[in-house]
Amino acid sequence: MGDTITLKIDGQEVRARPGMTVLEAAREAGIEIPALCHHEKMTPYGACRICSVEAEMDGKTKIVASCGYPVEPGLVIRTRSPRVDRIRKTVIELVSPQANTDGDLGGDLKKLADEYGADIHRFEARLQSKSRRCTLCGLCVRYCDEVVGAHAIGFVGRGIDRHVVFFPDKASKVCASCQGCFKICPTGKIGAEADGTYFGFTIDDFLAGRL
Amino acid sequence: MQVRKQARRINSTAELEALRKSILDARDPKRSIIALCVGTGCLAYGCMDILGAFKREVAVQGLQDTVEIRATGCPGFCERGTLLTVYPQGIFYQRVKMEDVPEIISETIVKGKVIKRLLYVDPNTGEQHTREADVPFYKKQQRLLLGSNSRIDPTSIEDYLAIGGYAALAKAISQMKPEQIIEEIKRSGLRGRGGGGFPAGKKWEETRNAHGHRKYAIVNCDEGDPGAYMDRSLTEGNPHAVLEGLLIGAYAIGASEGFIYVRQEYPLACENLNIAIGQAREHGLLGDNILGSGFSFTVKVHRGAGAFVSGESSAIMSAIEGKVGEPRMKYVHTAVSGIKGQPSNLNNVETWANVPLIINKGADWFRSIGTEGSKGTKIFSLVGKVNNTGLVEIPMGMTLREIIYGIGGGILKGKRFKGVQTGGPSGGILPEQCLDTPVDFDELAKLGSMMGSGGMVVMDEDTCMVDVARYFVDFLCEESCGKCIPCREGLRVLRQILTDICEGRGKPEDIALIQEIAEVMADASLCALGTTAANPVLTTLRYFGDEYEAHIKEKRCPAKFCKNLTSYYIDPDKCSACLICLRNCPASAIVGDKGIVHWIDQGKCTKCGICFEVCPERFSAVVRISGEPTPPPPPPGTKVKREG
Repeated sequence: MGDTITLKIDGQEVRARPGMTVLEAAREAGIEIPALCHHEKMTPYGACRICSVEAEMDGKTKIVASCGYPVEPGLVIRTRSPRVDRIRKTVIELVSPQANTDGDLGGDLKKLADEYGADIHRFEARLQSKSRRCTLCGLCVRYCDEVVGAHAIGFVGRGIDRHVVFFPDKASKVCASCQGCFKICPTGKIGAEADGTYFGFTIDDFLAGRL
Repeated sequence: MQVRKQARRINSTAELEALRKSILDARDPKRSIIALCVGTGCLAYGCMDILGAFKREVAVQGLQDTVEIRATGCPGFCERGTLLTVYPQGIFYQRVKMEDVPEIISETIVKGKVIKRLLYVDPNTGEQHTREADVPFYKKQQRLLLGSNSRIDPTSIEDYLAIGGYAALAKAISQMKPEQIIEEIKRSGLRGRGGGGFPAGKKWEETRNAHGHRKYAIVNCDEGDPGAYMDRSLTEGNPHAVLEGLLIGAYAIGASEGFIYVRQEYPLACENLNIAIGQAREHGLLGDNILGSGFSFTVKVHRGAGAFVSGESSAIMSAIEGKVGEPRMKYVHTAVSGIKGQPSNLNNVETWANVPLIINKGADWFRSIGTEGSKGTKIFSLVGKVNNTGLVEIPMGMTLREIIYGIGGGILKGKRFKGVQTGGPSGGILPEQCLDTPVDFDELAKLGSMMGSGGMVVMDEDTCMVDVARYFVDFLCEESCGKCIPCREGLRVLRQILTDICEGRGKPEDIALIQEIAEVMADASLCALGTTAANPVLTTLRYFGDEYEAHIKEKRCPAKFCKNLTSYYIDPDKCSACLICLRNCPASAIVGDKGIVHWIDQGKCTKCGICFEVCPERFSAVVRISGEPTPPPPPPGTKVKREG
């Protein structure tokens, strides 16, 4: 593993170790790539696509998710371009109706919306759906699976019905003393709607059709 | 199913050929065979009852030695089921019913007479055809893969051996090095039949060259495109062919373990595969030291849990690992890092089934069929508003027109063709001006559609293209895994925009909005489901843009299909007061009486269209109106002008 790989990110020569992702290499070199679903303690997930960048290799350019794309010698990365910016803007606009709290965003999502000029209300009137206050970034689920190892929270449903629930039999045993997902949730939903003893959105609710 | 003797393990190629010879020697080529389809299509027609009736009739007449009743897989012309072929003459009977059974035995089997009533009559020419090969539906096909279905009982390894089964496996492992096999497959030009069209040999090579302590070979039988069932029929009708292809591939790439991922909805495919696996194992064609070559391979059937997205390669591997079947990032190919991080080669059922043919007949033979970039044949499931529906296997390069008109017999009820959907929810809808396109991977992609796994849905003038786009988007809203934002939320918004357009709330700026969202979905989605999800919308916009315009600007549905933009009206000059529509209207919205012109109360009408369907053709008094106001009803009590 002694080899280093040299690639170019935003015109800057960057050295990286084999097996690193573009996102890791960039951050190590002090180049910021925004991401919603990435966390250094967890396996790359690739769900938010905010970390999309342009990757050029052998004269061909494609859009890749930098959180999962492995570094290669000679790779040229552009973290900002009209194409990349448009993706980030549209992704934020698309997810906002599902992620807002009382019509507004908070934290990183808010900052990103401002930076990329996203109109977070663009699709709200059209969809007329109630916000679930969740981007489905999966940080809570993966934190519980990969870091805690408790598997007390997970996804149910598919497609546009996908959402996160607690599994009460497990959650009632481990969550009171952990609450790791409360802190990691980027919209604050979990902390607001559940405490260590009450789980506001459970598999029972899902099965009963209340979610 | 016949009761089998305990099979003897075959330890070498010579023993395999000896067994084949003994099976063939025991068969009288002149003996009559009634090959009855018991595939899923004919099962729905009640073919199992017919099968039982044939067996009873043969026993009653004491003809067990004269005729064999063979339950076979699907010959493809499902619309005409129950289907059967009488060998050795090759007489093809269609729409066979229980009551036809005694006559088939006494007339055709005993006296050798053809029963004219059961023959296929070409609706276009009125011509009657006795032999399957002469029926226009079959005549223009080249059935290299499907052709075997009606010749064998899929639960009999002896039947498969009798048609030359496992000879390709024997040749591959006794005469060829793995690299030679890969070279042969590469040279043949075989491309993946599951949708992407990736060169199969190149994928095999990548897996062979990848490092791993264990390698996997996998069959993708998660066929999920609406209306498509090619892989189901191959797996049900000829499971040993799929298994043989898999074994050859596994040997070539160095895999010792395999999986056949079968979607939940295909119970018969699972059953027949498991029977085939058991037989192959008993015969020493699976397991340790296959045919004495030192090559060992085991395989398991893995049943899906009912998710369309599980057919995606990384999702299928997650599912096989026991996780939720959803895609993961695969910037490192699954050929290098798939199941449990090990090199895993996945091909679709039809791809695998082609492999024994290529090994037997050679890459040059295979290359001689098809176009420059797409070799061999492709099976399509030809469905929708076409006269002959079913499975068709054609050489690559045949035009869409030849398939739809030559094989399919044209559009139902003489209506006008409007579009053909290829490639399922990832594909596109092509209009009349594209009908002379040769069907191959690259030509279809150039037009914005794709080959896909082989769905081909024909649509006529009554189909609204905006509604079709909405249908596919709606399908994917439920069938996407929902993991990444562009796909999940893009589909959600697209569905809303398309619904608004269909319901008359579309805005002129919606077209640009659709294009913007589609572009981001194509650029940024996690897997191919998301990157291609907007194709049905984009192709309908490209080829049927005027329909979108009509919906948005004139609030008119040109196909008169979209409920909110269409009304039903009874022409008082044509109504003969026959009461048929009045009695059939489920909403009691039709007012009138005997001799009194009927009219529709627009306030009560639910626009179900039943009145339009039931109004006798000679009156055609019920009309659909879109884009203009419905005329006022006639004065109450208006008498009919013509008597019904």
